[in-house]
Amino acid sequence: MELAVILLLPLAGTLVLAIWGARPSAPEVNAAFSLGTLLAATALTVRVISGGPVLAWGGQFFIDSFNVFLVALTALVGFTTALFSRPYMRIERDHGRVTARRMRLYHSMYQMFMATMLVALLTNNMGIMWVALEAATLSTVLLVSLYRTAASLEAAWKYFILCGVGIAQALFGTILLYFAAEKILGAEGMNALLWTELNGGKSELEPQGLSLAFVFLLVGYGTKVGLVPLHNWLPDAHAEGPTPISAVLSGLLLNVALYIVIRCKVLVEGSLNSNLPGQILMAFGLLSVVVAAFFLWRQRDIKRLFAYSSIEHMGIVTFAFGMGGPVANFAALLHMTVHSLTKSAIFFAVGHAVQKSGTQVMDEIRGLVVRNPTIGWGLMLGTIAILGVPPFGVFASEFLILTTAMQQQPWAAPILLGALAVAFAAIIGRVQPMVFGEPGGKRLAHQPALVPVFVHLAAVLVLGLYIPPYLADWYRQAAQLIGATP
Amino acid sequence: MLSTALTSQLVNLCAAVLLLLAFAMLAQRRTVALVDLFTAQGVALAISTLVVALNTGHGHMYYSAALTFALKVCALPWILRRLIRRLDVQWEAESRLDITATMIIGLLVVIFAFGLAEPISALATTITRATLGIALAIVLLSFLMMITRRKAISQVIGFLAMENGLFFAASSATYGMPMLIEFGIALDVLVAVFVLGVFFFQIREQFDSLDLHNLESLRDK
Repeated sequence: MELAVILLLPLAGTLVLAIWGARPSAPEVNAAFSLGTLLAATALTVRVISGGPVLAWGGQFFIDSFNVFLVALTALVGFTTALFSRPYMRIERDHGRVTARRMRLYHSMYQMFMATMLVALLTNNMGIMWVALEAATLSTVLLVSLYRTAASLEAAWKYFILCGVGIAQALFGTILLYFAAEKILGAEGMNALLWTELNGGKSELEPQGLSLAFVFLLVGYGTKVGLVPLHNWLPDAHAEGPTPISAVLSGLLLNVALYIVIRCKVLVEGSLNSNLPGQILMAFGLLSVVVAAFFLWRQRDIKRLFAYSSIEHMGIVTFAFGMGGPVANFAALLHMTVHSLTKSAIFFAVGHAVQKSGTQVMDEIRGLVVRNPTIGWGLMLGTIAILGVPPFGVFASEFLILTTAMQQQPWAAPILLGALAVAFAAIIGRVQPMVFGEPGGKRLAHQPALVPVFVHLAAVLVLGLYIPPYLADWYRQAAQLIGATP
Repeated sequence: MLSTALTSQLVNLCAAVLLLLAFAMLAQRRTVALVDLFTAQGVALAISTLVVALNTGHGHMYYSAALTFALKVCALPWILRRLIRRLDVQWEAESRLDITATMIIGLLVVIFAFGLAEPISALATTITRATLGIALAIVLLSFLMMITRRKAISQVIGFLAMENGLFFAASSATYGMPMLIEFGIALDVLVAVFVLGVFFFQIREQFDSLDLHNLESLRDK
């Protein structure tokens, strides 16, 4: 029941907003649809946590504690971003950057994007997963180019072509997976691609075919995660699109793509009986962290800065999943959650800061704390949180990942720590003058939505100080599912 | 029902035609001619799927062949031609394209693809398994084509040709993906072309041309 609501509500929202998305009340309608999705997601979460994994609709949908946590997170951030986008898009409208028709496109595609991500998370079928993730790209291409500036068109084109080519590799990987599965499991048609079926018979799957499949799947979906060296589209798409879209791309889409990679990893590891996929993930993760940390120094645009920070954090999570084992998986899941909450909060604050200053160039944004203390402090606290300063949740998860790395992969720990230090210095050095420097600037016509910023940061703070037992259990269950490799 | 020997010969013939067409695309400068080549690829793909369907009697392969024909021979070329006409770029051609060098790289790509596909086709039990190498070669050649092009429409045709190669890989290794998924993929491709159609007009409005050298300003300084 909840499942049907989660899947159909955003789709209904897409249609409704495609018709009425240009009305003055459309932002509220958008938020209402997102709220409905969030409520259904909460209901589903409660059911799965208390009653265990659920298979629905002939096994085509499968919900366990691993994906239900991402569903809840996606619905939550989807809702808060919809709240943030109300004043944000109205101000953009007043500034003449978007027309009524584009508002309609924006609202309709926002719901479509949510729908595709939720389908990708909930489906049990690796083929449907692919179709949904490709649809997620398509629904956001026109949003990245919403402002129709030269730079935004270029960013959208890059996004489409790079992710399109990437995801074509993933399709080839899926075909190989199907091929391997069809032979062994003897399952017919749709059932041969069901993750649960594959997982049940993974030890019999052909290792050679599967390791090749994994390479293609990782390259394909890894492009969407933004793993270096496949990350080229990410900073552009984040910087040039509307800020609510940057927030959901960074906070949600990257998670969804990584989730799919991990599902694939579980299968392939079971088939190969070795840690090879984990090692590949560790290599990609570490490379992403290091490269992103150094690229942070070269950024002049505030949204690009935080886009690179997303690449860095996705690298950390990928590395942690690569190490495997209950502790590292637990930490990776926690890090996914806190990164998602913190990064979207930062983008909310950045969005209003940019509107206030009329520029995304960091050297020209100054004195936010004087001009609007809430925006200034929101940005500062968000930055401190994302940099892993205690007592925020990012510290807890990074600490866990680092200590596990010291035990399991001692060679990697210094590299990781060094990269984190480099990133720390780069970001704090940029944000500090923006928040505390000499002010200048103008008033905003609509009251900025800063409640979501502080709600997210409070949640991250709570997660850093104290993880409620049921949440910890939930993460632990999910970490078990992903599997412990020695 | 077709005999197995005849089927495998016909499928091999179609595979050879597809590979030749991929090379022809690599060497074609004019955008309009690329659409023709893409249509021809669609025809070869539909025929090979139909031949396999006749041999194996798999019901979903008939639908798959029909879907391929409808999408890749009728719908997509029609949309592309219409786009080219509406954008008024019938005479557009790639000026900077080193055909000799591209062809040589293309040959190396084919050898690489066969090497990569060898272990997998050894595992396959389908009568079409020998063509998996060709399918992978088409994917990689289309990729090469996308890299060497500067015009937006040519790049998109490269993208679609890549999808053709993937489709051929699916039908040669496994007799095609499940119907629902094939349908989903077809829908994604169709939507992608629509989105790009809208997008082309936006690019043209902004830059007065569909040349991608306009889209090279974003980078990290």
